[in-house]
Amino acid sequence: MAVPLVLSACSADNNAANSAGASGSSTGAITCASGTLNASGSTAQANAMSAWTKAYQTACTGASINYAGGGSGAGVAQFISNSVDFAGSDFPLSAAQAPDANKRCGSGNTAINLPMVSGAIAVGYNVPGVTSLKLAAATIAKIFSGKITMWNDPAIMTDNAGVSLPSLGIQSFHRSDGSGTTYNFTNYLQNDAPTDWTYGHNKVWPAPGGQGAKGTASVVQGVKSTPGGIGYMELSYATQNNIAYAQVGNAHGQLVPLTQANAVTFLSKATTSGSGGDLTLTFPYQVADPNAYPAMLVTYEIVCKSGNTATTLPLLKGFLGYTSSTTGQGILSTNGYVPLPANLQTQVSGAVAGLS
Amino acid sequence: MTGGALGPTSLAEDAAPGAGSSSGTRPKTSRSDRLFRRLSVGSASLVWILLVAIALFLLQQALPAIHADSVNFLTTKQWLPDNQPPVFGIAALLYGTLFTATLSLVIAVPVAVSGAVWLTQYAPRSLGRMLGYVVDLLAAVPSVVFGLWGLIYLVPRMVPVSAWLSTYFGWIPIFRSDGIYGKSIFTASVLLAIMILPLIGAVSREVFLTVPQDHREAALALGSTKWEMIRLTVLSYGRSGVISACVLGFGRALGETIAVALVLSANYEISWHILTPGGNTIAANIANTFGEAGPVGRGALIASGLVLFIITLVVNFGARAIIARRKDFQVSAS
Repeated sequence: MAVPLVLSACSADNNAANSAGASGSSTGAITCASGTLNASGSTAQANAMSAWTKAYQTACTGASINYAGGGSGAGVAQFISNSVDFAGSDFPLSAAQAPDANKRCGSGNTAINLPMVSGAIAVGYNVPGVTSLKLAAATIAKIFSGKITMWNDPAIMTDNAGVSLPSLGIQSFHRSDGSGTTYNFTNYLQNDAPTDWTYGHNKVWPAPGGQGAKGTASVVQGVKSTPGGIGYMELSYATQNNIAYAQVGNAHGQLVPLTQANAVTFLSKATTSGSGGDLTLTFPYQVADPNAYPAMLVTYEIVCKSGNTATTLPLLKGFLGYTSSTTGQGILSTNGYVPLPANLQTQVSGAVAGLS
Repeated sequence: MTGGALGPTSLAEDAAPGAGSSSGTRPKTSRSDRLFRRLSVGSASLVWILLVAIALFLLQQALPAIHADSVNFLTTKQWLPDNQPPVFGIAALLYGTLFTATLSLVIAVPVAVSGAVWLTQYAPRSLGRMLGYVVDLLAAVPSVVFGLWGLIYLVPRMVPVSAWLSTYFGWIPIFRSDGIYGKSIFTASVLLAIMILPLIGAVSREVFLTVPQDHREAALALGSTKWEMIRLTVLSYGRSGVISACVLGFGRALGETIAVALVLSANYEISWHILTPGGNTIAANIANTFGEAGPVGRGALIASGLVLFIITLVVNFGARAIIARRKDFQVSAS
């Protein structure tokens, strides 16, 4: 099949020659294609997308990729109405959205969820004089639902033997806007502290107590400016703003520090629960591993498994092949995200290669 | 209609556009007259059509979501439209919207009106004009800038103010609180009051400047003090104008979105305690949850927008009725 005009000049370090039908190599070579790719959706992956877009466009002149934020809901709606080529979403397609998404891909075709950008949720705190903190899952559940109100509560002190906690009121901050971070954080609490967290998981904060703040930036602002403040945020925000974050407990009471290795270990034990090429992840919240950090989030790219138009398919496979490659995932950690573990990364790469 | 404009009536008789066949004695209507009339009728109709189209769009998007709601839309406080089954209602949102807007009026109107009185009646002319420009500049600040300023500057500084109010006035039920202050309805109302202050102040100032000089001189000549003169002539003459200014401010406060979304703590509860964190308004809720809303969520938000639309219409019509009734009692100037 002659698609020579579609190829564009590529940088020296890639060896792809033919973009039509080329499998997205998972060893790091960028497969170039030209054209325009439009996407929108989750703001949580916006930083990752802009880093990837810059790298891909630098390597492949002639490719133009536009990722607009605006939220997962808006992105999926635009995907369903065929205004964008793929959508970034903090959640996989819901049962209500799946039929419309499948219809958008054409009759007999399906839309699939590909996990691409994962991050860790840090529990940041601002307690004067306390530099390291350990919180069991049940304790976190009680703090964020307003049942524990002082930092020197016995429950917190048992987790932190040897640390002197001040007699300071706790002010917890949660997101007032709909958010994938809230969804995954409440999912973690529901699974790992079921007796103390009875509010379910939702993208809109479901529990009483605490103060709402719009956007992670406002949560960060609240925690930083309030002595005794505590809030949940993506790891990149905690590190950028020098907010200390706690070790969190898993379902078995083990306290896990937040490191990239621990985050990746947790993800590597995730199972895929979709069928027919769909790679929706189920997190292993019940795993008993003291080195698996349980408060994780992952965002998906929602694409058509088949039924992509001939003009967009090469660039779609080229770009998503790059983002799911080890090189692409490798630049995530400098942006505050967590790269996919190897087993998931090969699955996603394979799924991208099979797009048609 | 009082008075009756003399000019247009006679012109209308002469031009008689579209008034049927013109007899031989009537002057012919020129094409430009007809064209202008059609353009102006068209423009006026366009406004009407837009209003009706917006209302129909809101209805059409909102009805499926209300239908899918498993609880009463008007009395439920929770907002979980993307749950299975959807559970959402605007009770807390409606309460928050009306309460913050009313409270902001209560704070802003005395300040704005007394400021306008001082600027027009007491201040030297040039100083009054210059300060008037400065107040108008405040109206030019974008809402989102107000929201950021409120979040970063006002909220931390309202904490000691709220603590003081709670300590010394805690016996009044609305000021009772349990010790945590900051992003509360009180802070949001203060921010809204600052935002609607220039609007009310500017309109009131314009109205007070139109008070006829001879009214004021007559009051002074009859022996009233300056304050009595102001009360008798300026304030009573300008009452309907001030009311319409307040309605404008109220309408702005009802619909203020991003500033309130940044400053409020956004929970779905109805509480009289204005110093405790919490509260939510319809517009702030739309700003907060629209990005992540699923299809039912979006319909639910549009339904809440429809309610806000209806409230604004009712408030505006009510204010017009009040103003019209006052006009009937006012003796028109010679």
